[in-house]
Amino acid sequence: MKHTRLKLALLGTTLMATTAYAEDVTLTIESWRNDDLTLWQDQIIPAFEAQHPGIKIDFTPSAPAEYNAVLNSKLDAGSAGDLITCRPFDASLALYDAGHLSDLSGVDAMSNFSDVAKSAWQTDDGAVTFCVPMASVIHGFIYNKDAFAELGLEVPTTEDEFFAALDKIREDGTYIPMAMGTNDQWEAATMGYNNIGPNYWKGEEGRQALIAGEQKLTDEAWTAPYATLARWGEYLGDGYEAQTYPDSQNIFTLGRAAIYPAGSWEISGFNTQADFEMGAFKPPVRNAGDTCYISDHTDIGIGMNAATEHPEAAETFLAWVASPEFAEIFGNALPGFFPLSDTPVELQDPLAKEIVGWRNECESTIRSTYQILSRGTPNLENETWGASVAAIKGAKSPEELGAELQEGLASWYAPHQ
Amino acid sequence: MNRPRLRWHIVVFLAPAVLVYTAVMIFPLFNTLRLALYTEIDQTRVFVGLQNFQTLFFDPIWSEQFWNALGNNFWFFLIHMLVQNPIGIALAALLSHPRLRFAALYRSAIFIPTILSFVIVGFAWKLILSPIWGIAPSMLDAIGLKSLFAPWLGKEEYALTTLALISVWQFVGIPMMLIYAALLTIPEEILEAGEIDGITGASAFWKIKLPLILPSIGIISILTFVGNFNAFDLIYAAQGALAGPDFSTDILGTFMYRTFFGFQLQLGDPHMGSAIAGAMFAIILVGVCIYLFGIQTRMRRYQL
Repeated sequence: MKHTRLKLALLGTTLMATTAYAEDVTLTIESWRNDDLTLWQDQIIPAFEAQHPGIKIDFTPSAPAEYNAVLNSKLDAGSAGDLITCRPFDASLALYDAGHLSDLSGVDAMSNFSDVAKSAWQTDDGAVTFCVPMASVIHGFIYNKDAFAELGLEVPTTEDEFFAALDKIREDGTYIPMAMGTNDQWEAATMGYNNIGPNYWKGEEGRQALIAGEQKLTDEAWTAPYATLARWGEYLGDGYEAQTYPDSQNIFTLGRAAIYPAGSWEISGFNTQADFEMGAFKPPVRNAGDTCYISDHTDIGIGMNAATEHPEAAETFLAWVASPEFAEIFGNALPGFFPLSDTPVELQDPLAKEIVGWRNECESTIRSTYQILSRGTPNLENETWGASVAAIKGAKSPEELGAELQEGLASWYAPHQ
Repeated sequence: MNRPRLRWHIVVFLAPAVLVYTAVMIFPLFNTLRLALYTEIDQTRVFVGLQNFQTLFFDPIWSEQFWNALGNNFWFFLIHMLVQNPIGIALAALLSHPRLRFAALYRSAIFIPTILSFVIVGFAWKLILSPIWGIAPSMLDAIGLKSLFAPWLGKEEYALTTLALISVWQFVGIPMMLIYAALLTIPEEILEAGEIDGITGASAFWKIKLPLILPSIGIISILTFVGNFNAFDLIYAAQGALAGPDFSTDILGTFMYRTFFGFQLQLGDPHMGSAIAGAMFAIILVGVCIYLFGIQTRMRRYQL
């Protein structure tokens, strides 16, 4: 009791102290990226404050798993920060619909972004954009260059080459061909199905057709990736069924595995962990010469709390986030989180540079299940996790999986009924 | 002055507990039950009566998950009843043996896991059983039984049983302690009287001690039942909210969590979540009632 009193008293004095100084406007940012706290404090915020005297920024992240719940309760209680880091698609759309996020369509700097980049933070009809896109993550495969050199392997570009390389690594026996487990389930869907899938359903074309109801999950384009995943099983390490995500990361960075089905967000972690040279290759195409498609998934944006007391200052900050200057700082400080603005950004990290280069060679798309399709019950994204695991384990045939997913989707999604 | 004087001290002494208990237990409980009768349509809360329960029990998408979770819960409970409680009783019987040396040491060692956090237990066992870094495969290898090892936590057919056994390992100390305490209260004279009638050793346990500790076993069973049907932590710590692989370890607690708070792209639905919580409450209530009125009242008690 005494302690809480003391704390309250201390809190009171600090609040008074800050208000006493505060001629300046202070903007608070809500975020789940607590990993990036130092980056914000040391690089992003000073860069902004130097140019905009009179606006102070306070970055207050919470734990990723708790973010949505914490943010929702803060917004309902009216105590949320002025700026809100946006999850892609429905989580943020729900906030906009509930009147918690402001319409940012009128902000000039929005024209720096392509429609695909903005699609994650728009109403279904695309009329209103409510968050500024910050970064995307790209899927592909990271490989151990030393291991490839040792075994005399070429970087595979087609699926046949890919499986030939895996066979060769397995025959040699020094390395586990591919580091991935199915214990946590999401890797199988995110780094498996949605990594290789765009080559099958032709990226945006297939994704849009699925949303429109013109294609079904039972179509060959949507079940064939499961057939390919089913072949992965034999190349994953012993006991992959109980292998977790951190296990896979460690196996790869310890140099025990040759290939890691990845998302670009791994880059900074792997750079500090691995002491061998790493390279990356994009998801192999089915036949040589095919157009390649990559999953360039919009992952993080930032919007304005509709209840903020400082809308002008918040808009100034958002306009700066949309500028090439922010993109350059952010992209280089967090290699693997690629800025979404149309102005190209010069990245320093070689691995990140290699991966972002795929944008010029391939067609970009986002993960198939994220927009609209995971709105109902059963949740298509979560179902896809289970289906991808079942495919890798060989528990069900690709046709069965497609039929199950289609049935679930059709049960609530009108265009598929 | 015939009116009985209002005894204020009773109210004063009861008040703190009643207020705290009402605020943190009774009010939330009834509010949860109330919440289960609503749903949200276009940002407004609408009263829908029992529709959420109808969805939960009769909509194939929901009911399949519900019955799966309930079935898993019963299996979880069954393993505890068949493994944890008999082992607990056996350990207590051994510990109460007067000539056993280091009894206090064994007692503490077996009880210690009970005070560990679920997160530590879940994480430690995940590491022990890990096919990559775990000591389980190498230990089996050392005695030539490597072929018996499987990535248990990752296989649909073993995962739930493995987790139930981990939970048994953690909590076997509780029945052991309760039974041990009950065994200590059995007067020496009764056992000696039995000895004179020729009842010694194992038959003394079966014919004298066991009937006398039956009420304790009843209490332990009901504690196990309530604990298991409220379980959530261990599964969540070891397998996550999706209770993989393929929902094979999904129990009512994890199903409720996923529904109430949402998961990944699935948005939270407090109303359906409350309906599941209500169903859990009803199941536990029915179980406890069956015990209280069906079993406890018929149990024979002996005056010691």
